[in-house]
Amino acid sequence: MTAFLFQRALSFAISVVVASLVVFVVLEVVPGDPAAFMLGLNAAPDTVAALREQLGLDAPVWMRYLGWIGGIFTGELGTSYTYRVPVAELIAARLWVSVPLAAYALTLSTLIAFPVGILAAARRGSAVDAGVMGGTQLGIAVPNFWFAMLLVLVFSVTLRWFSAGGFPGWDAGAFEGLRALTLPAIALALPQAAILARVMRSALLDTLEEDYIRTARAKGLTRGQALWRHAVRNALIPVLTILGLQFSFLLAGAIIIENVFFLPGLGRLVFQAISARDLIVVRSVVMLLVIAVILVNFLVEIAYSLVDPRLGRRV
Amino acid sequence: MPIRNLAGAMVAVCVMGLAVVAPAQAQRADITVGLVLEPPHLDPTAGAAAAIDEVVYANVFEGLTRFAPDGDIISGLADSWEISDDGLTYTFHLHDGVNFHDGTALTAEDVVFSIDRAQAEDSVNAQKALFADIAEVSALDDLTVEMTLSRPNGNLLFNLAWGDAVIVGPESADTNATDPVGTGPFRFVDWVQGDRVILERNDAYWGEPAQLEAATFRFISDPTAAFAAMMAEDVDVFPNFPAPETLSVLDADPRFEAVVGTTEGETILAMNNKRSPLDDVRVREAIAHAIDRQAIIDGAMFGYGTPIGTHFAPHHPAYVDLLDLSQYNPERSRALLAEAGVTGLRLSLALPPPTYARRGGEIVAAQLRAVGIEAEITNMEWAQWLEQVFGAGDFDLTIVSHTEPLDIGIYGREDYYFGYGDPEFQAIMSELDATTAPDARIALLGDAQRKIAEDYVNVYLFQLAQTGIKNAGIEGMWVNAPTQATDLTAVYWAR
Repeated sequence: MTAFLFQRALSFAISVVVASLVVFVVLEVVPGDPAAFMLGLNAAPDTVAALREQLGLDAPVWMRYLGWIGGIFTGELGTSYTYRVPVAELIAARLWVSVPLAAYALTLSTLIAFPVGILAAARRGSAVDAGVMGGTQLGIAVPNFWFAMLLVLVFSVTLRWFSAGGFPGWDAGAFEGLRALTLPAIALALPQAAILARVMRSALLDTLEEDYIRTARAKGLTRGQALWRHAVRNALIPVLTILGLQFSFLLAGAIIIENVFFLPGLGRLVFQAISARDLIVVRSVVMLLVIAVILVNFLVEIAYSLVDPRLGRRV
Repeated sequence: MPIRNLAGAMVAVCVMGLAVVAPAQAQRADITVGLVLEPPHLDPTAGAAAAIDEVVYANVFEGLTRFAPDGDIISGLADSWEISDDGLTYTFHLHDGVNFHDGTALTAEDVVFSIDRAQAEDSVNAQKALFADIAEVSALDDLTVEMTLSRPNGNLLFNLAWGDAVIVGPESADTNATDPVGTGPFRFVDWVQGDRVILERNDAYWGEPAQLEAATFRFISDPTAAFAAMMAEDVDVFPNFPAPETLSVLDADPRFEAVVGTTEGETILAMNNKRSPLDDVRVREAIAHAIDRQAIIDGAMFGYGTPIGTHFAPHHPAYVDLLDLSQYNPERSRALLAEAGVTGLRLSLALPPPTYARRGGEIVAAQLRAVGIEAEITNMEWAQWLEQVFGAGDFDLTIVSHTEPLDIGIYGREDYYFGYGDPEFQAIMSELDATTAPDARIALLGDAQRKIAEDYVNVYLFQLAQTGIKNAGIEGMWVNAPTQATDLTAVYWAR
């Protein structure tokens, strides 16, 4: 187990260093100067130079890279060029929206997908199964931003149950916070649930063909009992893989939904920062997402070994 | 601090108690304003972003003079002023009893500090040129400031009204970006980055106090989200609504009222006057005649916008209608191209993100194709546009709106991106700078407009409209936008 952890830690470190180099270099070659962006069309060149100096943009490239890497370890990520507040603070504030939103959406999609997928597999070939297959096909095909707009039109504009967007902050209470995240979470969850339900169904159908299910049935278990005791657990591996991918996607890829609901999340932060060339923010957010994805993959691997103990023993 | 919180809590409890007893028809005293872009920071003296002024101009920060809703320059922190006969010395008398939000008193020294800071070597003021003619600023006494100019500048009072020329305190100047401290009728309370800025009424305001008690600015850039936020009444007013196509739908709803006015944004198809064959005036004129302005206004701007024939705002008293010089006339365009011996012309067309450019660009490209010019469209982000087009002058054509008020002077700049800098035009500009008599200034501004229209420097497309939407109960918003601001000073709920 120690060897396993060491190996993991080493590959983690290498991934992070390589990613940081790629992120930094790519953002260096992107055209656009944050100082020129902020000062607009009428500014004189010497004013832009003064601002570059004030922002620390005139330091050599390698010094800025080392300063940034050093900062990642100490949590000192520098000060945003545009917002003029510490990057770490900015990111932390956005995480308080993005992580709960991703978790909320993932919970919803799991709660929908598991029963639906299991039901469809258990009633294979029935009208229920056909309905689930058709419905999930629709769920995958419908773009989530369009679905989001539909939700806003029905629940915010017409019924007035929810506000059309924005986030009151957790200071306003957990209920208000969750309420503001409900429509965005549903919009994010439904397409994910559709994918997950289909994966669940096909994974279950595969395991239901296995010998041990036949054995279990031969032992006298009913179809339902065999399904619940043996098939579901064995079908979880592909489902977990998809879940891991989905969480990373929800964390980083909720940007369109964040725009539709004007939520102050990570996606919108990075989007605004890219267009304003607030590169000091962009690279730290991107690094954070890289680390998050690697971490989620790691957690998924651990989860595999919990679901299937044989996988844990092999390493 | 805990004691203050406790006191605050008690006040809140009392207010809530009152609210229960108070008659139900009490007027609302708070407002939620929707803005498309979030300000990068809140210091108007250190950035060009319109969004900064849209939050703080006239609300939090004030200058010696200010823009009135109709574009006039009126008294701000300066109660009155005298101009010497040679136009070189301005003496400003400040209002008595003005305090910054941090409690410090406004004195002549603060004015000296603010102007010196904006002019300094290491200044990051985006409009440093506004102060170029000020040679010296000194405080004669606590409430009197004397400004000495190096040459007469008829625009000084106008320049001082800009958001970039607001008066800041030496104690707070360095932190205004995140915690703005001004003299205005509203004080800054909180900024949740990415979501909202909150202001509250400054009860110690020196002038007419604001009627609103609190104002929240929310940032919604997505047109559909903006529409939904209005319909759900999450936002009370959207002074520059990003979904003009839905304006008529909202206006038809008795809850809302559309507010359509003008801005200072001259939208132009800029041409690189230094690049062949665009350095030939016949080619530029040919392009001008190839463009049907109304088709662009209808197709890209949903009909909102006023055609312009020169780089000047039609609502300005000095505006000259020069549309006849560049009427839509494809035959004339083709004839001019043939005369110039240009065939099979291919030009690059750089388009920054705003709708007027992206949608307008498609229409422009189609119109150019009709006269035999192939325009290759490149969509760019602002940062890339600034570096490549604006900074390096690496482009043939681009579409952009110049939103600064009265900015015809850019045509005198040698190194400006469209590369005009004609000596004759520069002579008109120097004469204008030295002229203070209003009639003579109007005549000179007319000459300047004619000159750039006759030289076909750019294709002048249209004046950008201000398309706003508000809750029908709100009164006192600006209709036009003489400067980019959301002045809440006179705003109130009528019902």
